Amino acid sequence: MARIDLDLSHSYRPEPQSDEDYALLPLKFTFNDGGAYALLGPSGCGKTTLLNCISGLQRPSHGTVSFDGRDVTAATPQARNIAQVFQFPVIYDTMTVGENLAFPLRNRGVAPAQVKERVGRVAEMLDLSAALDRRASGLAADAKQKISLGRGLVRQDVSAILFDEPLTVIDPHLKWQLRRKLKEIHHEFRLTLIYVTHDQTEALTFAEQVLVMSRGKAVQVGSADALFERPAHTFVGNFIGSPGMNFLSGQWRDGAIEIAGRRYFPELAPATAGALQAAGTFKVGVRPEYLRLAASTDPQAVPARVERAQDIGTYWLVTASMRDASGHAATVRGRLGNEGAALQAGETVWLSVFNRHTCYYVNEELVA
Amino acid sequence: MSTLKPVNQKAWLLVIPVVLCVAFSAILPLMTIVNYSVQDIISPERRVFVGTEWFRTVLRDGELHDALLRQLGFSLAVLVVEIPLGILLALSMPAKGVKASAVLVVIALSLLIPWNVVGTIWQIFGRTDIGLLGAALAGMGFDYNYTGSAVDAWFTVLVMDVWHWTPLVALLCYAGLRAIPDAYYQAAQIDGASRLAVFRYIQLPKLRGVLMIAVLLRFMDSFMIYTEPFVLTGGGPGNATTFLSQFLTQKAVGQFDLGPAAAFSIIYFLIILLTCFILYNWMQRAGTAGSEDMPHA
Repeated sequence: MARIDLDLSHSYRPEPQSDEDYALLPLKFTFNDGGAYALLGPSGCGKTTLLNCISGLQRPSHGTVSFDGRDVTAATPQARNIAQVFQFPVIYDTMTVGENLAFPLRNRGVAPAQVKERVGRVAEMLDLSAALDRRASGLAADAKQKISLGRGLVRQDVSAILFDEPLTVIDPHLKWQLRRKLKEIHHEFRLTLIYVTHDQTEALTFAEQVLVMSRGKAVQVGSADALFERPAHTFVGNFIGSPGMNFLSGQWRDGAIEIAGRRYFPELAPATAGALQAAGTFKVGVRPEYLRLAASTDPQAVPARVERAQDIGTYWLVTASMRDASGHAATVRGRLGNEGAALQAGETVWLSVFNRHTCYYVNEELVA
Repeated sequence: MSTLKPVNQKAWLLVIPVVLCVAFSAILPLMTIVNYSVQDIISPERRVFVGTEWFRTVLRDGELHDALLRQLGFSLAVLVVEIPLGILLALSMPAKGVKASAVLVVIALSLLIPWNVVGTIWQIFGRTDIGLLGAALAGMGFDYNYTGSAVDAWFTVLVMDVWHWTPLVALLCYAGLRAIPDAYYQAAQIDGASRLAVFRYIQLPKLRGVLMIAVLLRFMDSFMIYTEPFVLTGGGPGNATTFLSQFLTQKAVGQFDLGPAAAFSIIYFLIILLTCFILYNWMQRAGTAGSEDMPHA
C-alpha cells in the first residue's frame, strides 16, 4: 500500500509543441493510501495512459511518479509492486484456472502453502472454486475476465490495484455483483484502488473520489455528490448525469439575468452576482432532475416549446427547445414525474430554472 | 430408405466439375502409378499382372532401407535445427518500423532463389579452392571436403537446407508473434513473469498454430528433397546423401525399373501421409492437454 503522487505530463510524440500533442496535460494529483478512486472520461481522454504511467507500463515523457515519497518514475511495474487488470481478459492458455491465479505469486517466490491459501480465498471471492482445476482456455469471456481480476487481487502486499475498464466484457447482472465485491475488498483490506471507466454509474458507485478527465486534462476531482451538484466545468456537467446538465446562454443586464429577452432575478450570492456582472455573458446550468414545471404566471419561469415527452419507466423525460440569449435554439431536458404525461409536442411549457441547485459558468468554468 | 426427406440426386451434378478437376490433377496420375505397381509392362501390347511382387521386392531392398533411414535422419535433423532456430530468429526480429521491413526483406531472400541455383551456390561456396566457406574452413585447418567425406557432405547439405528454409519458419513465427496482443505482455509484466516464462506461457502457446504449419511444411519438403543435394553432391560420396526421391529417380529414370519405382512411389506417398497425420494429431493434443509442468517456484 502506498500514497501515490503524480506530477507529470505525457506525450507519445518525441517533441510536443502544442497542447494537442499531449496525451496527458500537466497534472498534479495525489492518490491517498487506501482510497478508492475512479478515473472517468470519454474514450481517448488519457485515462489509460494515466493508469499505465502509475503502473509503470508507460514512462511519462515529463515529470515524476512517486510512491510514499519515493521517486519510482524509472521503476518497472514489478519494482513498483502494482497489480493491474486490463479491459479484455488476459489468461495463460496452457494453465488451469488455479495456476493462472497462482502465477503472480509463484513468480515472486511465495511459499506453496501460502499460494494455495491465497488462491483459495480469491477463487471463493470470485466464485471460481469449482473451476480451479479446469483449463482456463476453455472458459467463457466473463469467466476469463474473472480470472484476470483474480490475478489482480491475489497479492495482498501490492502498492495499489489498478483496473482498466475491467467489467466491459461482463454481463450486466454480474457487473453489479463484481463491483460490490470490489467495494467489499476495499473495505476489508483498505487497498488503494484506482478504477478507469467511461461509465459514470460505475465510477460514482465504486469510488470515493472521482477524477473526471477530458482531452488529456483532469477537469474535476470530487465525490459523486460534488460532481453531480457542482460540476466545475460544463464538460463535467454534460458528462455526468443522464441526461447531462442543461446549459442556457445568459447575459447580465442592469442587475438581472437576461435569457432570450426575458429578465430574471434569482437569489445570487454577492460574489456570484459580481462575477456574472464582470463577465457579461455566461451560461446557466441546471440539472434535468432540478427542472420543474411552473405556472405560466410565474415571472421567474422560462418558456420553452415541448418537442416530446417520453415515458422512461421511473420518470418522464421531457425534451423542449427554447431560444436563449445567443439567439440559438437550445435544447432543454427535464426529468419529470407523472405531470410529464400531460405534455403534448408543440405546446409551450413554463420551466422553473433558477433554484439553489442552479450553477453559473463563465468561459465554461463554474463561478463559485 | 427414409421417406421423411425427398432425395434429390441433382446436387451431384454440381459436384461434377470439382470431381473432374481433382481426377485430372491427382487421381488419374496416381492411378497410372498404381497401374505400373501391380503389372510388369514389357511393351504397350505385352503386360503381365504381378500382384504384390513389386511391393515385396521394394520392401526387401536393402539399399532402399538405407535411403529411407538417411531420409528420416535428414528430416529429423532439419526439424530439430530449423524450428528452434526459426523461433529464435523471429523473437529477435524488430517488431515495427523501417528496420522491421528491411529485416523481413533480407531474411526472405533465400526463399526466392530457385532450388537448383541454391545447390549451385553451395557447390561453389563449399569448394576449398575458390569457395568462401570451403576456403575458410581449410584455412582454419579443417580437412573439409564435401565431395570426399560423407560427414562433410551431410554437414553441407544440412547447413544448405537450414540456410534455405529457416527463413520460412522465422517468417511464420514472426507473423504469429505479431498477432499476440500487447495486453498479454503487459499482464505478464504486472504478474512479474520472467522472460522465459513469457516465452513458455504466452509466446509458445500462441505460436502453436503457425508452428504446426511450419513443422508440417518443413517435414514434407525435406522428406521430398531432391534438387539441392542432387546439384550439390549428386547423392555422394557413395550413397551418403542419396535421399529417397533421388533413389527413386535413379530407379525409375536411370534403370527404368518402372514397376518397383511405382510400387515405391505409393509407399513413399503413404509414409508422408501417415507421418503428417501423426504429427498433426500429436501437435493438436500437445496444445490442448498437459498443463502439469507448471513451475513451482
